[in-house]
Amino acid sequence: MTDMPKHSVSLDAKTPEGPLADKWKNHKNSIRLVNPANKRLIDVIVVGTGLAGSSAAASLAEMGYNVKAFCFQDSPRRAHSIAAQGGINAAKNYQNDGDSVHRLFYDTIKGGDYRSRESNVYRLAEVSANIIDQCVSQGVPFARDYGGLLDNRSFGGVQVSRTFYAKGQTGQQLLLGAYSALSRQVSKGKVTMYSRHEMMDVVVVDGKARGIIARNLVTGEIERHGAHAVVLCSGGYGNVFFLSTNAMGSNVSAAWKAHRRGAYMANPCYTQIHPTCIPVSGHYQSKLTLMSESLRNDGRIWVPKEKSDVEALRNGSIRPTDIPEERRDYYLERRYPAFGNLVPRDVASRAAKERCDAGFGVNEAGEAVFLDYASAIERYGKTEANVKGIENPSAEKIRELGEEVVKAKYGNLFQMYEQITADNPYKTPMRIYPAVHYTMGGLWVDYNLQTTVPGLYACGEANFSDHGANRLGASALMQGLADGYFVLPYTVGDYLADDIRTGAISTDSPEFEAAEKGVTDRIQHLLGNNGKTPVDDFHRRLGRIMWNECGMSRNEKGLTQAIADIQALRAEFERDVRVPGRADQFNPELDKAGRVADLIDLGELMCKDALERKESCGGHFREEYQTPEGEALRDDEGHTHVSAWAFTGVPSEAVHHKEELNFENVELKTRSYK
Amino acid sequence: MDFTLKIWRQDGPQDEGRMETYPISDITGDMSFLEMMDVLNDKIIRDGQDPVAFDHDCREGICGMCSMFINGEAHGPNRKTTTCQLHMRSFKDGDTIYIEPWRAAAFPVVKDLAVDRSAFDRIIQSGGYVSVNSSGNPLDANAIPVPKDDADEAFNAATCIGCGACVATCKNASAMLFVSAKVSQLALLPQGQPERMNRVQRMVDQMDKEGFGNCTNTGACEVECPKGISLDNIARMNRDYLKSQVTGE
Amino acid sequence: MAQTGILKSSLAKKYAMAATGLFLCLFLVGHLAGNLQLFTAGADGGRQFNEYAKFMTTFPAVKILSYLTYFAVLFHLADGIVLSIQNRKARPVRYAMERPSTNAGWSSRNMMVLGTIVLVFLVTHMQNFWWQMHFGEIPMQKLDDGTMVKDLYSVVIAFFNPELNSFALLALGLYLLGQFALGFHLWHGFSSGFQSVGVRHPRYSAIIGLAGKAFSVVVPLLFSAIVVFMYFTQA
Repeated sequence: MTDMPKHSVSLDAKTPEGPLADKWKNHKNSIRLVNPANKRLIDVIVVGTGLAGSSAAASLAEMGYNVKAFCFQDSPRRAHSIAAQGGINAAKNYQNDGDSVHRLFYDTIKGGDYRSRESNVYRLAEVSANIIDQCVSQGVPFARDYGGLLDNRSFGGVQVSRTFYAKGQTGQQLLLGAYSALSRQVSKGKVTMYSRHEMMDVVVVDGKARGIIARNLVTGEIERHGAHAVVLCSGGYGNVFFLSTNAMGSNVSAAWKAHRRGAYMANPCYTQIHPTCIPVSGHYQSKLTLMSESLRNDGRIWVPKEKSDVEALRNGSIRPTDIPEERRDYYLERRYPAFGNLVPRDVASRAAKERCDAGFGVNEAGEAVFLDYASAIERYGKTEANVKGIENPSAEKIRELGEEVVKAKYGNLFQMYEQITADNPYKTPMRIYPAVHYTMGGLWVDYNLQTTVPGLYACGEANFSDHGANRLGASALMQGLADGYFVLPYTVGDYLADDIRTGAISTDSPEFEAAEKGVTDRIQHLLGNNGKTPVDDFHRRLGRIMWNECGMSRNEKGLTQAIADIQALRAEFERDVRVPGRADQFNPELDKAGRVADLIDLGELMCKDALERKESCGGHFREEYQTPEGEALRDDEGHTHVSAWAFTGVPSEAVHHKEELNFENVELKTRSYK
Repeated sequence: MDFTLKIWRQDGPQDEGRMETYPISDITGDMSFLEMMDVLNDKIIRDGQDPVAFDHDCREGICGMCSMFINGEAHGPNRKTTTCQLHMRSFKDGDTIYIEPWRAAAFPVVKDLAVDRSAFDRIIQSGGYVSVNSSGNPLDANAIPVPKDDADEAFNAATCIGCGACVATCKNASAMLFVSAKVSQLALLPQGQPERMNRVQRMVDQMDKEGFGNCTNTGACEVECPKGISLDNIARMNRDYLKSQVTGE
Repeated sequence: MAQTGILKSSLAKKYAMAATGLFLCLFLVGHLAGNLQLFTAGADGGRQFNEYAKFMTTFPAVKILSYLTYFAVLFHLADGIVLSIQNRKARPVRYAMERPSTNAGWSSRNMMVLGTIVLVFLVTHMQNFWWQMHFGEIPMQKLDDGTMVKDLYSVVIAFFNPELNSFALLALGLYLLGQFALGFHLWHGFSSGFQSVGVRHPRYSAIIGLAGKAFSVVVPLLFSAIVVFMYFTQA
């Protein structure tokens, strides 16, 4: 561990000087470069192969660096970016609806509840257009209109259509684009790909990140990999809640290991709870499935107005379609007339929770609201009938035509819903409920995406940078690709310019030795303690604590209790976890044990961060801080800062550092979507 | 519901492997197939035995990681469904369920039900891309209009999740559907044209090197593909490869 | 250029399979046209049929075609064997539980078996007629213009006549079995050939499919009808 101040210091984001719109341009012009011949002498490690990792690895390799890329999945193409559904934002203004870089910047700052760094967000908006150009040139098949040009849809929290999409599989298509760029570099020998490898530790030599310890998940072999810089693109930590929309393997371990080695963890309590997911159905449920936010373009969200109807729904004596319009409460349209069903995610989720807490939840558990497509089907059906010149169409014909349109737009989502619930969403409204989806917090990075450990970078969801306290829909894909294609490849050069004479990093140093020993000792401990309880059991319990106390709403008492509970859980885990199998074989339980241990640690820090942030903002809602109408109440005087935590050994005793957020271009306002 | 599971157990690539029988009870119809496997593994671990290794990740049918051959069919009995999206309500109480790994020389077993599909990665590396650097200065995305039908068809081909069900189900363990989906996607778009002939040659060569079987047009792959990738793509690849050989491009 | 080249790649083998197979379909049409004369050949004592047989065995252009046909048969056979061996190797461990009928047609899964039956039929068929015509001692017939030709017609008639050949019923049965196998072989093979060379389009692939089905039913049925006709009208 590097020496760290034990007291709070103010962090310097190294934001370039100059007007907001020129910062990135000026920075790129003044940043140091590494000449092509020297790039060949420099090695970079990229951990994770999602949108950020694949694009970063490909771009660095294109520039000439030697890249080693790691992923725990059996192929880089399976990283969880693949599951993103709805789309990717870009300020192209193809729809001529008044979009601009500034508007995207502003929407993102406002959507993030004024808790993100202006300069980073502006840069993100600036390069967003390049991403679409880049992806199209790679052969990403975005949706197009009949003229052959790119189509757009709208997402929550904005009043323009700037979201590019490929049906409900945008993340998949973008990732396959980045994966193809990565594959091209692998074929050229510029990237060495290590699939089914897990990063076990970051190795810091003389205060700089100089490599990693990785475990080959097939053979169990522990490997040392040296490099001049290490880039973590290892995604978010939503799995701390056990049930989330994240993939089963998504984990915090790479980021957490970096945190233990001196990288600060920023705003870990900012969690995005996505409003439209399929509700929990049983104890053994292993994950939650998202229904894309794009569904809120056309779907209307409601619960019954009368408790009697709720009762009747729950005992099955009426169907949702039996409830007439006047007895339905379209609560988002009622509370937020300006944005209606397209309010940002945090607002929509809390509104759903509010209705369900008030006793209007529409499934047996009382934790679901309706997402209804009936009126959209009718509206589209009428338009189609007009287009096709059908005079006086019958109600059935309108329905049929409307269903066709909805199927073309959202077919795969509807199919997925039916597969999981066995309900036909064309005929009956979908039942949805909020679920953990994304984590805005992550490793603290400066303007160059460098963490507090020199040479250690973080991109994509793994860093904290651009979304403040709440991420807007279709912005995660944008950020991952912006970091990987267009930001990191430039900024990393500034650091590596000092390394052109360093030569290859030796992995025989005592630092590598010690790190490897730490890893093998830990594995032996996990396999050797004669516990009785499977890993999942602990994970499920951690999830319950986090969801109840550090989920959609939080309070001081609950958070304090949660920290104690998590500490007790960790003690029990260390004593009683059972990890079967051997270290020298394919052993998914062992992989999982290591990840869950890190999630337990992180959970404790999240609660600590949530406790410290005595305000409500974005995805962080403290019950003590709300307006009389139940809206989030920010404290701009006391909390316009990023909380960055330095590890000290016990997560809840981490040292709190602050990065003050200065808003020079945007006026801080109470976020209103009314 | 109660089931009898017949599961392939194999310690590693060198082990011979065998089918083993596991009874399982108290399964509900709402559980996904993989959640049923979780319940089984929970029990196995508590009994101090070695749990069944299987690949899985997103559990929402998109990452392509899950890969079980269930009751004689890739991803089980339902169409356009991955194993993770298969729910136990698709089975009857008391059923015997056979669970095997994908079987192909090109997909060696890693352990139990997990196989090594890196052959697919190598095929993509051989040419499944457009050679464009991330300079930030390519043409504007709308500079070349793409007819909607072509864009949609390219998208349909591009929805392949690379799970390998086509190989698993093909009686010849052929990878033609997978390879042709990528060849097609890029052949249908203007961006893919410059390397079109070269790409198809290199990808087919790599496919052959990996030891996949030959396509005999049985069409089983299309039926079992969880994403409904069409045989049209294979025909398109056949056409392009033939053209590339005739013109020598 | 491809590293493995046209003759080695898996697709090239498929093209060869398709090309030879589709060529043999053309051969079937020609052969059937000739055989159809047997329905009416009795009227002139088979003179026209024998003249046709002579033409087919001596005319240079037809000779070239026939060598092409032999080559096609042998190549189709050899290629089929190579493909089958490779395909077996591609799955060294079989599944314990297979349900292939849920996703693929029977004939498409049994092309090798069907092809083998057709091959056995072909060998006996050629021994019975082709060998006789070329190398056998068969009676001669004098045509109207005085030239002498081999009387293949009488050989054919005799072969399927239960009074002249005590194995005629067996011959008939084997012939029908061969045609049956051929029909199923074509059921998959015809349209598969087009798919292999990439001839597929939403607009006309349905037509190819239908044509293939029709071809695979009509051609073997007509061949069979001729021998059944001969068996029963002579008896």
